[in-house]
Amino acid sequence: MSALLQLSGVSVAIGKAHLLEGIDLALDRGQILGLVGESGSGKSLTAMAAMGLLPLIGGRVTAGEVRFDGTDLSTLGEAGRRHLRGRRIGFVTQNPMTALDPVQRIGAQIDVVSRLHLGLDKAAARARTLDLMAQLRIPEAAAVAEAWPHQLSGGMKQRIVIAMALAGDPDLIIADEPTTALDVTVQAQILQILAGLVRDRGLALMLITHDMGVVAQLCDRVAVLYAGRLAEERAVGPIFAAPAHPYTRALTLCIPREGMARGSLHGIPGAVPSAAAYPAGCRFHPRCARADATCRATVPALSALPDGGLVACHHAEPGAP
Amino acid sequence: MRAVLRAFRRPMGAIAGGWLLAMIFVAVFAAWLTPYDYDIQALKEAYQPPSPAHWLGTDEFGRDLLTRLFHGARTSLSVSSIAIGISVLCGMVLGAAAGWFGGRFDRAVTVVVDLTWSFPEILIALILVAIIGPGTTGTMAAIGVAYLAQFTRLTRAQIMMLKGETFIEAARSLGAGNAHILFRHLLPNALAPVLVSAMLATGDAIILEATLGFFGLGAQPPTPSWGAMMSAGSALVFKAPWIILFPGLAVAITVVAINLFGDALIAELDIRARMRRAA
Amino acid sequence: MTQPLIQLRALTRRFETGGGWFTPARSMTAVRAVDLAIARGEVVGVVGESGCGKSTLARLVLRLIEPTSGQILLDGTDLTALPRAALRAARRRMAMVFQDPYSSLDPRYTVADVLAEPFVVQRRPMDKGAAEAMLADVGLPASVAASHPHQLSGGQRQRVGIARALALRPDFIVLDEPTASLDVSIQAQIIELLSGLRDRLGLTYLFISHDLGLVRYFCDRIVVMYLGAVVEVLPRPDAAPRHPYTQALMQSNLSPDPSRRRAIAPLAGEIPSPFSLPPGCAFAGRCPRASDRCRTERPALETAEHPVACFHPI
Repeated sequence: MSALLQLSGVSVAIGKAHLLEGIDLALDRGQILGLVGESGSGKSLTAMAAMGLLPLIGGRVTAGEVRFDGTDLSTLGEAGRRHLRGRRIGFVTQNPMTALDPVQRIGAQIDVVSRLHLGLDKAAARARTLDLMAQLRIPEAAAVAEAWPHQLSGGMKQRIVIAMALAGDPDLIIADEPTTALDVTVQAQILQILAGLVRDRGLALMLITHDMGVVAQLCDRVAVLYAGRLAEERAVGPIFAAPAHPYTRALTLCIPREGMARGSLHGIPGAVPSAAAYPAGCRFHPRCARADATCRATVPALSALPDGGLVACHHAEPGAP
Repeated sequence: MRAVLRAFRRPMGAIAGGWLLAMIFVAVFAAWLTPYDYDIQALKEAYQPPSPAHWLGTDEFGRDLLTRLFHGARTSLSVSSIAIGISVLCGMVLGAAAGWFGGRFDRAVTVVVDLTWSFPEILIALILVAIIGPGTTGTMAAIGVAYLAQFTRLTRAQIMMLKGETFIEAARSLGAGNAHILFRHLLPNALAPVLVSAMLATGDAIILEATLGFFGLGAQPPTPSWGAMMSAGSALVFKAPWIILFPGLAVAITVVAINLFGDALIAELDIRARMRRAA
Repeated sequence: MTQPLIQLRALTRRFETGGGWFTPARSMTAVRAVDLAIARGEVVGVVGESGCGKSTLARLVLRLIEPTSGQILLDGTDLTALPRAALRAARRRMAMVFQDPYSSLDPRYTVADVLAEPFVVQRRPMDKGAAEAMLADVGLPASVAASHPHQLSGGQRQRVGIARALALRPDFIVLDEPTASLDVSIQAQIIELLSGLRDRLGLTYLFISHDLGLVRYFCDRIVVMYLGAVVEVLPRPDAAPRHPYTQALMQSNLSPDPSRRRAIAPLAGEIPSPFSLPPGCAFAGRCPRASDRCRTERPALETAEHPVACFHPI
């Protein structure tokens, strides 16, 4: 049986810029997949490809295929893809401040999703809205539904955005840095809600984040992207305990941990190259301590690890703890 | 300044910029480019259509139209650009002071500026010409005051926006005083959008100058101006259409060229959002 | 005991808003009676969520914002009493690194201009080759001197910002979330750079951050703020929290270690508006330990080895 969302060898280009290359990902119901990497690694673009949103930004899939529930997205017309978004795939954006229409009341913005995608009438849609808001632990849901977006705090707005994503009763939620704009105590609330949805409703969740703490605490599988290519894709336990790709290892060493001595933090030298200046061979080689002549000349292929993960490195560590 | 050169590299910028350079060239060297004088009448030669001797024909007094067009460029361009120049200078001082000091001074400036802003430029110009009297000085003053509000507003908005930038705070943290912040950070950053909008306003000012000239309120005869030439030609539009046609084209093409070049500059300087914000 | 390099005494800043024709005047206390002494060579962290006053505090210390009341002592000299000229001279000894490396550099300046500015402002001669040395200090090649900020990456810009702060060889640097808008890989670079500079130049830092994990890694002592007031000062980065809010912050900080997974137990509720603070402890509404006393009476920060402002400390 194939996964709910399956990306096989997906390459994406916008104009002449080839931004993603050979991305392999799979995500099933009840699973949380973390998509990590520095800015410019192609995380958001991967999410756009998964939702069939690329035409919106002038992008296109140049190779490979995106399958959602067995259907190849490229065989769908725009109408079919639109049905998928909202109805089958919900989206939670990074910035809840701009995700809501400032001149519409909160309730109406959630209602419209279930009316459009589930064909509910006005009363049924509102009942569903209030039910969703209660599930997201929004106090005094009826009053909040009549409020305007500017009257709510950032954390409350993000819950509304999640309610909108859930209103079409989707199978998959894609959340792009859902807590980056929020305070840490509020971040914990939102993450708890998202994790609860996956556990209780069997949703699939694709979580784009740069925060390795969020990944470690929440995700089942982790895909590490670097400069438009997949570096490593594995279950969360082994990827932290024994990263196979030097980039993954370097990323985990960037974050201070409990009881870490001062001076033991290691940044990654240099910066992510821009798409116009991707180096030949392995794109990470200019920043990699293990790079040699092979890395500079040959693109490493994705190879399977004994634990079922994938890694693209000429000098991958065995990965098995 | 490098942005100006880059603007020339865009196709539209190159065509528009080329036309403007040509206009400036003929305005400067008007006296030496044709064998005729702009003010010597030769009634026998009147109403000649374009010919090898008179490329654009002659007017009702037999004067060479090309010569008058060149001299008219001198009047039109110099009057509008000097007027806009003075207007920009005053507007920047006023706007910068209002944005910088804020408080009561700012409120007073804003009220006056918004008041003049709510009248069309032509009306303000007409009132001022009525007070000062017709002629180049009156026209310049009229145009200058008519556009003062625009530059004051734009400069003020720029200063207010820039004041909140972190690099201003950074300069303060180094111990920088007000003069340093105003002259080394705020004004240089405010300059580009103001100068570009001044350039675009010069296009409008040419039309305004032509309009005043058309009403006989601009440069007085025999000094040629595009507006006055069109005014003279308007009565003869069926008898000698070239008399109104060529100055009209000169105004139209020059104004379009200024706008196209201004657009190229805005694109090069990447200040579209900042221009819109202040408008 | 030696004199602290920086000493804050009951430092307070109130902001008034509104008071126009249609908006009622409101006031909020962004920073409430903060007392803090920073010894030479120390790295003091200030953590808290948005609206806690940490950024205002950073600016008050350098007098970029005027305090409503209280004192700022630099080596025993009260900065709040200094006239303009003397304050400018005092600014040579203090500097600041800002959060946003994109807007903290003038887009029209080259890197060389940015580095020369402190000398221009302070009317001090700048040695030939000083810019190259300053760039080398922060790990940048001399070739970036001719670049404009938009040609640099975020990490490079922040290095330029640090070089500018170091230009006049200050003793004390306020770091206002210097890595908050950078990728983690770059954040680690910058933190290591700051750490090395401190050791080499004997600097004293006030490090403002919302990231408790980072503060615990980098700082000697940690000040926890909530809605304008200091609620706890952790004497060591690994000290156990005594204030329920600090504990909640620590629990909200997610460990990057899947083997230490725990149920996320978020703090209920949200930060109240600073314009309408409850009369008692500002945290009482969200606190699991709150009693009636907490809701009516504001706890003061006790003076102890491990100060906490709480009636029911852990």
